[in-house]
Amino acid sequence: MAEKEIAGKIVQVNDEGYMTDSSEWNKEIAAVIAVEEGIGELAEGHWKVIEFLQKDFADKGTMPSLRRMTKAGGVPTKELYALFPGGPLKKSSKIAGLKKPASCV
Amino acid sequence: MKRIVILGAGTGGTMMANHLVKKLNIKDWTITVIDQEKKHYYQAGFLFIPFGIYTAKNVTKKIADYLPGNIELMNIRVDLIKPEENKLILSDGKELNYDILIAATGCRIAPSEVEGMDGEGWMKDIFDFYTVEGSTALAKKLDSWEGGNLVVHISEMPIKCPVAPLEFVFLVDWYLSKRGKRKTTKISYVTPLSGAFTKQRTSEILGHLLVDKNIEIVPDFAIEKIDPAEKVLYSYDDKKVPYDLLVTVPTNVGDELYEKSGMGDELNFIPTEKHTLKAKDYDNIFVIGDASDLPASKAGSVAHAQAEVLTENILRHIAGKELLPDFDGHALCFIESGYGKGFLIDFNYDVEPVQGTFPLPVIGPFSLLKETRLNHLGKLVFQWLYWNIIIKGIKIPLMDAKMTLRGKKL
Repeated sequence: MAEKEIAGKIVQVNDEGYMTDSSEWNKEIAAVIAVEEGIGELAEGHWKVIEFLQKDFADKGTMPSLRRMTKAGGVPTKELYALFPGGPLKKSSKIAGLKKPASCV
Repeated sequence: MKRIVILGAGTGGTMMANHLVKKLNIKDWTITVIDQEKKHYYQAGFLFIPFGIYTAKNVTKKIADYLPGNIELMNIRVDLIKPEENKLILSDGKELNYDILIAATGCRIAPSEVEGMDGEGWMKDIFDFYTVEGSTALAKKLDSWEGGNLVVHISEMPIKCPVAPLEFVFLVDWYLSKRGKRKTTKISYVTPLSGAFTKQRTSEILGHLLVDKNIEIVPDFAIEKIDPAEKVLYSYDDKKVPYDLLVTVPTNVGDELYEKSGMGDELNFIPTEKHTLKAKDYDNIFVIGDASDLPASKAGSVAHAQAEVLTENILRHIAGKELLPDFDGHALCFIESGYGKGFLIDFNYDVEPVQGTFPLPVIGPFSLLKETRLNHLGKLVFQWLYWNIIIKGIKIPLMDAKMTLRGKKL
């Protein structure tokens, strides 16, 4: 566990840079992580995904799958790849201040 | 007379019937178990069938033999649940009313969810090992295997027993080495996750195993389709993985009954309260095992830990008391690593797999997160425990529903 300064705020992150306390998250932090992840400036489509992830995680306690993003979040998989190239769930969850999708080991 | 209906006589349903029959007054309550099948499988044994360690016969028993005598067992399909009316519609058209319903229907593989998976290649060069049919067919295929690209693949999360595909990789590496076919075989592990291990501690301690065993990892692979003629997996971002033999874990789904009854999520899992095991939308419906949408592992050991908590909460529901938020997501899993060795992992909702010993601090005899011969033997002995102790609802000394952190390294 480590601390990192993002957008002028000290936040807790794990070894891979995922925030470990989602209450420290804000939109400025999201914008900085998005640039670090090579996504660039966040547009309306990105925010829709981020808001769905946060709402769904609060409700379910786990990261949604690509299928759930499509069925419940209303974002088709191809569009998710266009918004977050190279790993939509991994990158969008990092920007949203949430955990990486994980297994039990 | 009141009625409690248990849907499904697998691991969770059988344990609940055995627990409840001891706790409920049979003069007041009828316990009805409904399952359309007659066979109960020891599902943890499916993993060993492809390697000729077990056969289908070793893992199959009769459902009726493991249920108590003074319950009602119905061998029929349920077509619809009407939760607002506390009523089931059975496949013979009859209706059955319930006061309490326990969903213990588990999950199953749905190969038709990925384009090309269950087409011309299915059971020819594409196999699953999550069914008795799949693992038996795969045993035959592996027996005549000479070499080529062997791809072990996970379609999407969540899946039943998330460590099983890794165990399969370890066992197939050992099996092929033993038969002199490892040098002619390239083994790849294709996963939608960021790696074979996604937790920091397990990754640090176990990550080297895949390197040592010369297994290629293809991470972040979200499958779009399979071309069974060309024998290639395609991802949504246009990555390709060719195979000669594909051992896949298809999409896992809950029972379609919940889709028809308007009770399931996008994969037909039932939204469930994570600590009480009550269905979120209904006061008299409870869920055990793989049928729920909980962020716990889909595994028999989880259902085992849930059964104790759920039994208590059903008694509380009947007595009009508040439900206990006692389920902590505890799982305890043996992991085969090949060559007669294995690991044991212990974790819950909040604590990642720990190091230490089990069940006793320091003494063990099992070691957590460490590769030992005894852990492998533990896994084999477990089958006896399953049929004789666990599904009968008999309490095992030192095995608590909740995870204990005594003597463990955090």
